[in-house]
Amino acid sequence: MIDKKKIAKFLGYKIVRFAILLVVVILLSFILIDMSPINPVNAYISNMVVGPEKIAKLEAYWGVNQPITVKLMNWLGNILTGDFGTSLIYRTPVLQVISEKFTASLILMLSSWVISGVLGFILGVLAGFKRDTWVDKAVKVYCYILQSAPTFWIALLVVMIFSIWLGWFPVSGGVPIGALSNTVSFWDWLRHLILPAFTLSILGVASIALYTRDKLIEVMSTDYFLFAQARGESGWTLIKRHGIRNILLPAITLQFLSFSELFGGTVLVEQVFMYPGIGQAAVSAGLRSDVPLLLGIVIFSAIFVYVGNLIADVLYNFVDPRIREGEESG
Amino acid sequence: MNDLINVSNISISFTQYVKGLNQRELKVITDLTLDIKEGEIVAVLGSSGSGKSLLAHAILGILPHNANLSGTMMYKGEVLNSELKEKLRGDEIALIPQSVNFLDPLMKVSDQVIGECKDEAEEKEKRAKQRAIFEKYGLSEEVDDMYPFQLSGGMARRVLVSTALLSNPKLVIADEPTPGLDEKSVEETLNHLRQMAEDNVGVLLITHDIDAALKVANRIAIFYSGYVIEVANVDDFSGEGENLLHPYTKSLYNALPENGFNLTLGHQPLHGEIPSGCPYYDRCDHRLENCDKIRPNLISIDENKKVRCFKYER
Repeated sequence: MIDKKKIAKFLGYKIVRFAILLVVVILLSFILIDMSPINPVNAYISNMVVGPEKIAKLEAYWGVNQPITVKLMNWLGNILTGDFGTSLIYRTPVLQVISEKFTASLILMLSSWVISGVLGFILGVLAGFKRDTWVDKAVKVYCYILQSAPTFWIALLVVMIFSIWLGWFPVSGGVPIGALSNTVSFWDWLRHLILPAFTLSILGVASIALYTRDKLIEVMSTDYFLFAQARGESGWTLIKRHGIRNILLPAITLQFLSFSELFGGTVLVEQVFMYPGIGQAAVSAGLRSDVPLLLGIVIFSAIFVYVGNLIADVLYNFVDPRIREGEESG
Repeated sequence: MNDLINVSNISISFTQYVKGLNQRELKVITDLTLDIKEGEIVAVLGSSGSGKSLLAHAILGILPHNANLSGTMMYKGEVLNSELKEKLRGDEIALIPQSVNFLDPLMKVSDQVIGECKDEAEEKEKRAKQRAIFEKYGLSEEVDDMYPFQLSGGMARRVLVSTALLSNPKLVIADEPTPGLDEKSVEETLNHLRQMAEDNVGVLLITHDIDAALKVANRIAIFYSGYVIEVANVDDFSGEGENLLHPYTKSLYNALPENGFNLTLGHQPLHGEIPSGCPYYDRCDHRLENCDKIRPNLISIDENKKVRCFKYER
């Protein structure tokens, strides 16, 4: 059985690490924003004509001229009570914006994460198994092109081909333009999801496929693989019994570690497809000086990426029998 | 006794890149000739790292892709080509590998030993057999569910031997089965090999452990720089070594602690720097006129003995 003490130690260590990470992320982003010429008052009044005495009042309300330490303390105090402030562009509480946008993005990210993981793994196994044949070369060329092409460029190509030339899918948006939220059907929503998810998937395939290929080739040159051959195993069963078994766990771990790239890719892809998710919200918050929303998104994306890494660590430390049972007996 | 396997004039080489795009052929095994009869143990004795294991891989047909193999092999009078090798390996020809590294680290021991099964009936039958063999080697039921890293050195050795027996092989190739084991485990492993030979299985023992070879083998092939320089009966390694033929074998025998500890200067030429004449030329004290120019062939002295030396050519 899994050692409880070991888990407690592991989790304790992870929580401390997480706290340090959050503090550093918060401090850095807060200092950076404070140093930038962003002014919440301008963001709030945007195009309205407002008199100077009103501006002075607003500045006092937001504490624009307070020292950074006071601002930081105020903000941190509010966060600890669960108040992330109010978004200046959406005019709703930050937490509500984030939960809405994150849900929309989560479906996009999750579907492309699963598709790219499965597809990338299959392609990697095929390429490794059929090493140096045309299958392998085709997979490698595909992966190298995708690895070196910028995300937004691929996204634009996808829009051009599937939306403009073929007309199969809408060009952009999360729902049809002008539709009321209660008239939007599941199918409408799905049609808008497919292209961004597809773009993210084909982009995510490259790293996992190349990694799986290399790992399989490595396994195929090990002594135990040789011995399995010597015992008469061959072909696909051999790959299945001794190859996939040994590369699956590292591949899944890598896929969890790729949460940060997934998030970065989502920001760009949502921008190109105007998909109303967390990535687009982050870009608008940045461009339109919505400080509370921007800081909120920074914190939640840090948590998101950290959870991905944590799952990878857990898999690595508690699922592999060599590490799991080895710790127990020794 | 019938011939089980005849290996004649086997050479194994690798294409290697040296300086940019220049290739060269690196010969690891040259002109190897060997035969094993049913119920006989033949040891191939050579220093570690000299490429002896490749002989095992060549017989099983699992050489790496960049290896070139030439020469002929006959198995029970049939040409042993790659199709036949594929059919026989894991069945009539079994390998006992060197170390626990040859077991899949993520698979339970019993699952590996039984190998792939077509259906449940086959699996049941193989499991029963595996249990019986494990029982014979004193491996308790707990061992079935262990992962390779949980095995002790002696247990791992017994598991590896068991893998060979599951298919009732006719030829067992034991590749360095003794290094790193304590005396008792060595004795135990050698006993397993003896038992197999008693059951009329031919055993090819690849080793650098001369003691182990002398204890268990019927005949010993001496491997020097990729060449077999002599095949001798185990009885020839006795007395003053007067029945041994090749100067290297004699000096090897005399270098053993119990035979005087006499050291011959020099070392075996490495792969790639083997002279065009006899590989033993620069250390030999019986040099003849042509030894440095022409490489001697392996000649048969009688049915069992062979030597590669001009002294014995008529």
